[in-house]
This record gives sequence, structure tokens and C-alpha cells, in this order.
Amino acid sequence: MGFDIRMPIGMLFSLFGFLLIGYGAGTRGNRMYAEHSLGLNMNLWWGGALLAFGLVMLALARLGRKQ
Amino acid sequence: MPPEPHLIDYAIILLYFAFVLGIGFVLKKYMKTSTDFFLSGRSIPAWIAGLAFLSANLGAQEVIGMGASGAKYGISTSHFYWIGAVPAMLFVGIFMMPFYYGSRARSVPEYLKLRFDEKTRGFNAISFAVMTVFSSGVSMYAMGKLLELLLGWNFTAAILISALIVLVYTFLGGLTSAIYNEVLQFFLIVMGFIPLVYLGLRDVGGWDGLTARIANDAMVHSWKYMGQSSENPMGVEWVGLLMGLAFVLSFGYWCTDFLVVQRAMAADSMTAARRTPVIAAFPKMIFPFLVILPGMIAGAVASSRIDGARAPESIARGATTQSSFFTGGKGIIPPKYDAAGKPVTVDGKVVLDYDLATPMMLVRYFPSGLLGLGLCALIASFMSGMAGNTTAFNTVWTYDIYQSYINKSASDQHYLWMGRASTVFGLAISLMAAFVAKEFNNILDVLQLVFAFVNAPLFATFMLGMFWKRTTGHGAFWGLLGGTTAAAAHYGLTLPAGAVAGVKGGYLGPILHVYPSEMAQNFWTAIFAWVGCFTLTVVISLLSAPRPDEELKGLVYSLTAKPEESGLKWYEKPATLALVVLVLLLGLNLVFW
Repeated sequence: MGFDIRMPIGMLFSLFGFLLIGYGAGTRGNRMYAEHSLGLNMNLWWGGALLAFGLVMLALARLGRKQ
Repeated sequence: MPPEPHLIDYAIILLYFAFVLGIGFVLKKYMKTSTDFFLSGRSIPAWIAGLAFLSANLGAQEVIGMGASGAKYGISTSHFYWIGAVPAMLFVGIFMMPFYYGSRARSVPEYLKLRFDEKTRGFNAISFAVMTVFSSGVSMYAMGKLLELLLGWNFTAAILISALIVLVYTFLGGLTSAIYNEVLQFFLIVMGFIPLVYLGLRDVGGWDGLTARIANDAMVHSWKYMGQSSENPMGVEWVGLLMGLAFVLSFGYWCTDFLVVQRAMAADSMTAARRTPVIAAFPKMIFPFLVILPGMIAGAVASSRIDGARAPESIARGATTQSSFFTGGKGIIPPKYDAAGKPVTVDGKVVLDYDLATPMMLVRYFPSGLLGLGLCALIASFMSGMAGNTTAFNTVWTYDIYQSYINKSASDQHYLWMGRASTVFGLAISLMAAFVAKEFNNILDVLQLVFAFVNAPLFATFMLGMFWKRTTGHGAFWGLLGGTTAAAAHYGLTLPAGAVAGVKGGYLGPILHVYPSEMAQNFWTAIFAWVGCFTLTVVISLLSAPRPDEELKGLVYSLTAKPEESGLKWYEKPATLALVVLVLLLGLNLVFW
């Protein structure tokens, strides 16, 4: 029924990843990391994880279409 | 001043909204018949149906409620996931799906019609329809209140916007839209809560650090203190836990509630339908670590660490003279405030607002950016819970009420139209319920109580119906009514410790028994309902005329061919997968014994 759900999931998470990586890179050393996330720039790190997850989903969707 | 999410946080939430609506618009062209709209044309692959099966139950209230219980009861809350869900999920997949899917019933009430008779279906369909629209309203109210308190958003605007988005995408794409968005929500919750648990655990020094800070052995063991209700924070003992939660309540929900069963009915084959709940059981086992741990951590971190963070002011909103952070809370869980802005106390002890445990964790540990993702996960779980209720409602309304009693012989296109129309008025009634709940909180407490009475005996009816061919329609119907009466009577004659007669029970006058906790009372109410329904169904069935075997083929265990499984690899077989789940489940229970 319909299209491969992995497509929009992959796209959304990749976009989330790009957004957070960009924002994390632009806010390095910002006070909020010390106040909230134990001094870790979580936007940068977790943005990377989201991007990786998004790309895996996109790859799976591509693979599924070929078969 | 409430914490102000930055542009980046709004960008993330808006991006999510855009995708959700986009999915609905793309799916619109696939909705040609009523089967497409209500059952996704029975074409959903098992893994998608499985994740949707899990997510449909994982509304925002569940996420927040489990965090609250984690803060209150500790790791024993995992009983609601481990023994209180997983065995029932395996059972519905392996043993019940052959009848649900095999009978080609389009809904759970329709199965009751095929197996029993019209009156049993009518009773179930109407109570289910009323229940889903109202529980959707309750969760709308909860979310609106939370967003108002946490972020200072306008209550009315918050629920109107989210209801409108849900309306658009379920109106356009029907069940498929709801299922796809549930899968999306599943990944959002997972990816949004992993960093929360990571940061929280890192802050308190891992599981060992958490154990040391909680300093209450009963909160870090799930079974060790279940022997006596007085020894564990839940106030239940193992008999009530096993019989009430793990058997009656859990099987009653996971095996008979159309909200979840509908996801499996949409699967693309019998094997896929049977695999759906089994696949869902894998993440279900892991979820306690994502939703319960944050609550436990919230109660264990030092509240002083939060000074200077953005969170406190929002909670102190309404509290007139609060210049610093709340006093008298536990960890970062604030006390409940009354209308005048004073902390609520009972017997001199401050009452904590446990429902804020998980939301407080989000504002405590997430910097702007990640906060958007966390809020997005919460909003997603809220909206997909609403969509789940809506799709279950429009199906039962259209097939089991409208087509059965109002307009029997219209065209398929007409029923498709009715599905869309009922999506609109179902959501409209839910919205009204949410506003009523805002004004009169108690009305909904009473309603939920009534629903609990109606639901409690259901599993006895289904179990007898599916596995004992002698069960008759009269037996089923009067058994259900009897079970509901037994629940109401038991509840009316007992009270939890420290409560006054009223909505907490005891309304029939004499109090025959006082339970150590509300939870124990609920578990035993369920047990009484089940036993009442079971006994009455058996007795009346034996007194009434049986249906001929010929009519029961495909509806009863002994008269149905076993599903064909040859040619499947071991990991594709539902029963083998279920065994793997059971072994893992045993392991988890031993580790956290």
C-alpha cells in the first residue's frame, strides 16, 4: 500500500541531522551546554547520529526499490 | 518566564508537521475503496504493522505516565511492560490472530458478530466507540495542559493545531496514514529519548550511581519485594500482580482492543498478521529503559543543579512570590501547586507532580536544538495516539454501527465517505471532551472508571469464544454484562487505604475490604470481573442451544486448520520468534530481579 515509509523517515531524520549539526557547530562553547548537557555539545554529536540513521533508512529504501 | 524554545526548536517541530501532512497528501491517491481506508487494503508488511502495533499504544500519556511511575515506584514499573504486555502480545499473535485475520472480520466487534451474535457485537462496538473518542479527548487535555505549563503555549491553540493536523492526515490517508505516522513516531521516541537517558545516567553515575542515590532497594528490584504488598512501593503482592495485571488486564487490552488489533488486521498475510505483535514485543521489552529510567533519574538528581536552568520559572508560573526554584520537591520533580500557587500538601507532606518527571528531564538535560527533537517526540506520540483512536473509531463507527444498524446496503464509496465524515466528527467530540475535562476534571475520572468496568471482563469472552466451541451468544452477552457488574460491585465495596468513598470506590455503602493501594484495588477489580464473566458465560452457554459446528469453522480453535508454515525460514515463523522473545524476557526479569 502506497510508498516505502523508509523514504520519508530517512529524509526527515537526515534533515534533523543537518539542522542539529549546523546549529551545534555554530553554538560551540555556548553556555547552554554547560547548563544542560554536562558540557557536551550534544547537538553536534547527536545530530551526527540522526544523520547516520537517516542515511541508513534512505539506503534501505533504495535497496528495497531495486529488488 | 517559561523556557523559550529557540528558532531551531520550532524549525524541527515545523519540519515534522510538514512531513506528517505530506505523508497524508501522498497517500490520498491510494484510498480508493473502504478497505483501503479502514484496513490499508490488508497490504502492510509485518515490520511496519509491528512498529505501529507498539506505537498506537505509546501515546504521550503512556510516555509521561510511565516516567511518573518510574519516579514513584522505580524499576517495578517495568512489570507493565514485561509481564504486563509481552506475554499477551505473543498470545494474540500466535493463538488469536488466526481467527481475527482468518475470519476476514474487519474489526474486533465484527468478529464477535461472526462468532456470537448481534447483541454481543452491538454492546462491544458501542462501548468501544464511546470509549475511544473520550480517551482521545482525555489525552488531548493532558497534552494541552502539559504544553501550557512547560512552554507557556496557549492550551486552546495547542490542542486545536494538533487536532487539525491529525484530522488532515487521517482524513486523507486513513489507516495507512495513521500507521506510517506511528512508525515515524516510534523512531522519534527512540532517537529522542536515547540522549535523555544517556545524559541522565551519565549525570548520576550510571545504574550504580542511580541505585546509590535512590537508596531504596525496593525501587531498583522488580520482583524481590513482591511477596508482600507492604514491602514494595506499588502496594501490590505477586498474586494480584500476576492474576490482575499480567493476566486479566494485560490480555484484556492487548488481545481484544481494536486500537492495536487493527494494526495486525492490516498486515499483508496471515503470517505477517501473526508476526505483527511478536515483532512489536522486541522493542516493547526495551522500552522501560527509555521511558521509565528518565522518571527514576528525575527523582534522583540533585535539584540544586538546576539553578540557572530555564525550567524552574515555568513551573513556578502561577506561584506568585517564587523567586527561586521550588522547594519541597524531590530531585527535579516539583510539587503540585493549587490554584493559589501554594504547594499541595496531604498530612503535612508535599504532594509531588510526578507527571512532570519526564518533561522536567527534557528541559533539564536538553539544550536548545536537542530540545526541539525531544518536544517533537512528545508531540508526535501525542498526535499518533490521537490518530490511533480516530482510525479505530471511524472503522467501528462505519462498519459496526452505521453499516449494521443505520444504513445496511449503501455503496462502498458511501462507506468510504462515511469513514471520512466520522473522522471529522469523532475528532470534534474528542475536542469537546478535552474542553469539558478542563472545566470538570471529575467527569472524566468517572467515565474512565466505567470504561474500566466494561473492559475488564472482555478477555474471558474472547478466550471462551475462541477455544471452547460450546460458548453461545447468550452466554457471551450476559457474561459480559455480569462481568461488568461484578467489577462495579467489587469496586463499590472496597477502598484503597486512605481514600474516601466516591470515585475511588466504596460507593455502595459498606466497605468489605481495604486495599493497600489503588493499584491493588484495580488489579483485584479486574480479577473479579474476569471470574464473574467466565463463570456466567460458561453456565449460560451450557443452558442455551449450541451453534452447529458448520457455522463455527474458522472462528474456533478446534474447528480451524492450523496456519501453514512450511517454507518459512526459522526467523520468519511467529512461534519461533515468540520463543526468542520469551527467553529474552526471562533474562531481563532475572537481571532486574
